[in-house]
Amino acid sequence: MTDAVLKLDKVKKTYTVKQGLFGERKPLTAVNEVSLSLDKGEVLGLVGESGCGKSTMAKLLLGLEAPTSGQVLVDGEPLDGLDRRALASRLQPIFQDPYSSLNPRKSIYDIISLPLRVHKIGDSASQQKAVKDILDVVGLPQRVMNTYPSQMSGGQRQRVAIARALVMRPEIVICDEPTSALDVSVQSQILNLLGDLRREFGLTYLFISHDLAVVEHLATRVAVMYLGRIVEEAPVAELFEAPKHPYTKALLNSVLTPEPGLGVPETALGATYPNPIDPPSGCAFHPRCPMATEHCAAKAPAKIDTPAGHVECHLHDPQSPMYNKDAA
Amino acid sequence: MTDETLLSVRNLTLTIPTGSGILHAVRGIDFDLKRGETLSIVGESGSGKSLTSLAVMGLLSKGIQCEADEMRFDQTDLRHASPRVMRDLRGNRMAMIFQEPMTSLNPAYTIGDQLIETLRLHRRVSKAKARERAVELLEKVGITAAASRLGQYPHQLSGGLRQRVMIALALMCEPDLLIADEPTTALDVTIQAQILRLLVDLTKEMNMAMILITHDLGVVARVADKVAVMYAGELVETGPAKDIFAAPSHPYTRGLLRCIPQPGKTERGAALGTIPGIVPSLIGEVTGCPFRTRCPHAQPSCREAIPHHGDAEHRFRCIHLDGARSAETAEGELA
Repeated sequence: MTDAVLKLDKVKKTYTVKQGLFGERKPLTAVNEVSLSLDKGEVLGLVGESGCGKSTMAKLLLGLEAPTSGQVLVDGEPLDGLDRRALASRLQPIFQDPYSSLNPRKSIYDIISLPLRVHKIGDSASQQKAVKDILDVVGLPQRVMNTYPSQMSGGQRQRVAIARALVMRPEIVICDEPTSALDVSVQSQILNLLGDLRREFGLTYLFISHDLAVVEHLATRVAVMYLGRIVEEAPVAELFEAPKHPYTKALLNSVLTPEPGLGVPETALGATYPNPIDPPSGCAFHPRCPMATEHCAAKAPAKIDTPAGHVECHLHDPQSPMYNKDAA
Repeated sequence: MTDETLLSVRNLTLTIPTGSGILHAVRGIDFDLKRGETLSIVGESGSGKSLTSLAVMGLLSKGIQCEADEMRFDQTDLRHASPRVMRDLRGNRMAMIFQEPMTSLNPAYTIGDQLIETLRLHRRVSKAKARERAVELLEKVGITAAASRLGQYPHQLSGGLRQRVMIALALMCEPDLLIADEPTTALDVTIQAQILRLLVDLTKEMNMAMILITHDLGVVARVADKVAVMYAGELVETGPAKDIFAAPSHPYTRGLLRCIPQPGKTERGAALGTIPGIVPSLIGEVTGCPFRTRCPHAQPSCREAIPHHGDAEHRFRCIHLDGARSAETAEGELA
């Protein structure tokens, strides 16, 4: 794809961790040879349980961590070759907790205008105008410019965080659980705002969330992550209506829709999430998979292309002895 | 009130004196709970749902004034119970699970020490017996290799396991009432389903009453028998879960339901419903309907006393006889 604004090419990130005081150092592969691409205007939802490597992905994309191997490409240029400042004008983050991501000692004006001052864009008059414009865009009154984060509600703070990310007019916004800390009525306002901004500015989002209902609502494509691998990727309708990977099915099955009388679904995921320092053999999901056989424990599944995405599961691999036509 | 009612609260009012005046955090709320029943209190942050549960547990901090016409747990009048009586009840006949298990387990003691201490504080049992019971309960909440877990410290366990330990701790003395304050908010969806299933099964098995405090309407729908919707310190709507979701009567309840994307019902990418405005300040005198500043159907009379509508089962507070449902249906038809 030539018009990919953000591309990951076999990106791998390995940390070295020590277990216990005198424990030996062991490698922990947080992101394992992930290839992904985001087209302009797309919203890629990234879902998975805690510890699967979602946040490491965000750090790699923002250039906060360097990949152990592989490459992150922004508009076709390798990220490590880009100047930090050039990168920041294209790629901006919005984090989960608007309480800890805003400096409590700076006024809202200082917080939002800081990127402009760092990048030395315009004089103070034009910076002031840019801040006023962006406040309008995110739906905050101009009088908040001289207030401090502590005087604002959670929803207002998240709007400030969005304003700060957008004041540089980036192309790509990495949203790491942007509404998880917010109340239901505020969450819907922020989700609507993110949707409007995407249409208005042609933004591309990587939307990391554990809330599948929110991802289904906002994303155009969804990638499901398990133990550092993208196990399934598909357009949103396809993934939610015809999930292929047993893990995706289990995740979708555990979503509690507000329908009384249905009770709590039984998830087939008996065992707990594996320890990433000591990942299972073969397919990393096999200890929890209801469909697993010995073959799954022995051999890691290949990446199988589907009409509009891919899946990593023996059931969907025509070359595998476990291939199941009905499942595919 | 029937004999099987375990907890009965009438006109519970909580006020907090602050520097800028008196904060009317909870105002005149009523609810009943029977054995084996699950009541879900749903509301947004600051609505007073956690304070209400702390009041029942007798765990309010000193500055908060608690008044009620009635607050009875089984045969005990909680309003006049001495600290000693409350201590005997807590952890024994009524127990609580908090949102963040890391902060409610003692990091300096092993899981086993904490479980055994809870039982031995309230029951005359030997250490060996208490240990047996701890292993039995850890197994019941789905912890494998339970005996070897007893020697572990909270930091050695994952979030899901810690929450299971918290549940086991709360169940040590087979309480009659379990209060779960956002028990699954910090957990993954897959673990959330497992923990909620566990709680539902345990309430049935032990005929235990549960108050489940949450902001997640999905959790409410799947777990609760009865629902109490709380807004700015008042219960705006109470009723059986299926009635509340089938016929949400208070404009706030309907607003909340429109705010969440509902798979299969909400069109992907379409604008979600919003509740404009912010929660009113509860400092100083609070009169009329607290939702009127954000309600699309507000009238001048919303400033006055608000009547209750509906039957004894499903009640709501609104000046509109039908909670303005017909007005919204008419709007929908026009649009």
